[in-house]
Amino acid sequence: MANTNFEKYKSDGSLQGNVLEWVDARFPLTASIKGHLTEYYAPKNFNFWYFFGSLALLVLVIQIVTGIFLVMHYKPDASLNADGVPVAFASVEYIMRDVPWGWMIRYMHSTGASAFFIVVYLHMFRGLMYGSYRKPRELTWLFGVGIFLCLMGEAFFGYLLPWGQMSFWGAQVIVNLFSAIPFVGEPLSIWLRGDFVIGDATLNRFFSFHVIAFPLVIIGLIAAHILALHETGSNNPDGVEIKAKKDDKGIPLDGIPFHPYYTVKDIVGVVVFLMVFSAIMFFSPEGGGYFLERPNFYPADPLKTPPHIAPVWYFTPFYSILRAVVWPIFGIDAKFWGVVAMGASVVIFAFLPWLDRSPVKSIRYRGPIYKAFLTLFVISFFILGYLGTQSPSYWGEKISQLCSLIYFGFFLLMPWYSKVDKYRPAPDRVTK
Amino acid sequence: MKKILIALLFAPLMAFAAGGSVHLDKWPGSVSDKPALQNGAKLFVNYCLNCHGASYLRYNKLTELGLTEQQIKDNLMFTAEKIGEPMRIAARAGEQKQWFGAAPPDLTVIARARGSADGSGADWLYTYLRQFYRDETRPTGWNNVIFENVGMPHILWELQGEQVLNKDRKLELAVPGKLPPKEYDQAVSDLVGFMVWMGEPMQEQRKQLGWIVLAFLAVLFVFAYKLKKEYWKDIK
Repeated sequence: MANTNFEKYKSDGSLQGNVLEWVDARFPLTASIKGHLTEYYAPKNFNFWYFFGSLALLVLVIQIVTGIFLVMHYKPDASLNADGVPVAFASVEYIMRDVPWGWMIRYMHSTGASAFFIVVYLHMFRGLMYGSYRKPRELTWLFGVGIFLCLMGEAFFGYLLPWGQMSFWGAQVIVNLFSAIPFVGEPLSIWLRGDFVIGDATLNRFFSFHVIAFPLVIIGLIAAHILALHETGSNNPDGVEIKAKKDDKGIPLDGIPFHPYYTVKDIVGVVVFLMVFSAIMFFSPEGGGYFLERPNFYPADPLKTPPHIAPVWYFTPFYSILRAVVWPIFGIDAKFWGVVAMGASVVIFAFLPWLDRSPVKSIRYRGPIYKAFLTLFVISFFILGYLGTQSPSYWGEKISQLCSLIYFGFFLLMPWYSKVDKYRPAPDRVTK
Repeated sequence: MKKILIALLFAPLMAFAAGGSVHLDKWPGSVSDKPALQNGAKLFVNYCLNCHGASYLRYNKLTELGLTEQQIKDNLMFTAEKIGEPMRIAARAGEQKQWFGAAPPDLTVIARARGSADGSGADWLYTYLRQFYRDETRPTGWNNVIFENVGMPHILWELQGEQVLNKDRKLELAVPGKLPPKEYDQAVSDLVGFMVWMGEPMQEQRKQLGWIVLAFLAVLFVFAYKLKKEYWKDIK
């Protein structure tokens, strides 16, 4: 849907009309609104799972706006104040207590971080169910994987900033992983930290990454994600291409304009989401110790290692995969292969468009093998996530190894099982 | 079928949830009990603030407990000149490190940090402050049931008296203190209540605002839903 094909606005002589004509002669305003909203035709059969894209955008806005205000009062400074508390940690409590409405802004931001991942995981699961990554939407998917990667970086950098015990030791563990890389590992980890341990230099560079570098990249990738999507048009729960059947005006028979239909529908989704968000934020901002980890209410202490270092919940499935690899291969430390497995478990999403060989996109018309694999994948993801919050144990390790196998099996066996599975023919038009 | 799947999903988690844990007594107090919080503030200032700071909390914040600034200045403010100053300790952090080996931690958010799967931070503090016992093998002469080899002596011993561990490793009151056990428990409960409040002074306000926000969103939902229905009635 290239947006230069729309006619420019011709003034009706009113002031408003004259202004619009003036703008349209210089900037594709009418064309953009038409191309992306009022004449962007989306399939009419979107269901519950299609709320999470717009919700992710909403959470992004929440994070950026609250982040702007937090930066006004937060101090990325690891030195100790007169009371022996790190300045960064004390500045967060200053926001919570002395800045008017600071507690609300801070809770919105901390709850927003977890909400972002919940919404994005559901958005990705939608893609898996309905084959949204399939041709012709491979680039939309790839930009999405890029957003997910950057989001993980953004969350990781942001988590150091409160400078609590988990902030400090979590960052210590993750940056130390890089030291497992043969030959370059040790100097690389020092280069990343800017010091021999996590310190003031690390805090300041993570602050810089968190507030400017990664948000910039994420916003750019989101723009690309949406532009690519609007070029191909949206997929839908039936996985049929609505552009294949058009009326004589060239409008897809199963398409409806995004605005007003999906804007008013998404408003309902937004309100329901905000109710859940507010319930957590106002009544349980710590999220049972998962959204704000309790040990993080102790200021960072480089001399005191906490008994159990657990990443925040949204990283735990990948952290479990890292811990599941316990065998040194080719004489290289198991930790290194754990890092490789963890990296692969995220990047492997990017290969989905080329791993899937099925003739249909949507799970509605796929056979039992795909459904079984997807179910097992989701169960493994949950179990890995749970195990990642727990201290290492014998059975925990065995179960996480099994779940990691299933996790990778879902992707690596897909070229085989998506071919041999049974299918029902997909319809020409979308169904209810 | 769906139920079975969900059961399968959580079955492995149940097996793990049963781990080793410490028994904590439930904190019986409430953070909205103003007189109890005032009493807790008095205990905190008199017993805790000598060594532990509460440096994110300003004295004038105590007005939210129903105290006037004059009451705070006259009765509670021993370590500051001005009412807007934070609740610092008299000693400096560096000096304390020399005396104790490690500086006693700041207690402003301790009730939030001490929470675990075993119970809330309040439960932990309520249990901890009631389970000190005499132990001559320790440099301070004190030990604690749920915080083994704790560095802090039993600072409230005057009030509670001296407990010892008997042969069954149960606590027994060997020397009675100023307060009978029930009143001591009440005093500790008040003190813990103050620490819970201090960890997040706006927690009551937060919950009140939460109901207003949810009520607003519920009304907004009705309009949003009607609007959607109105627009979508022609879409077949």
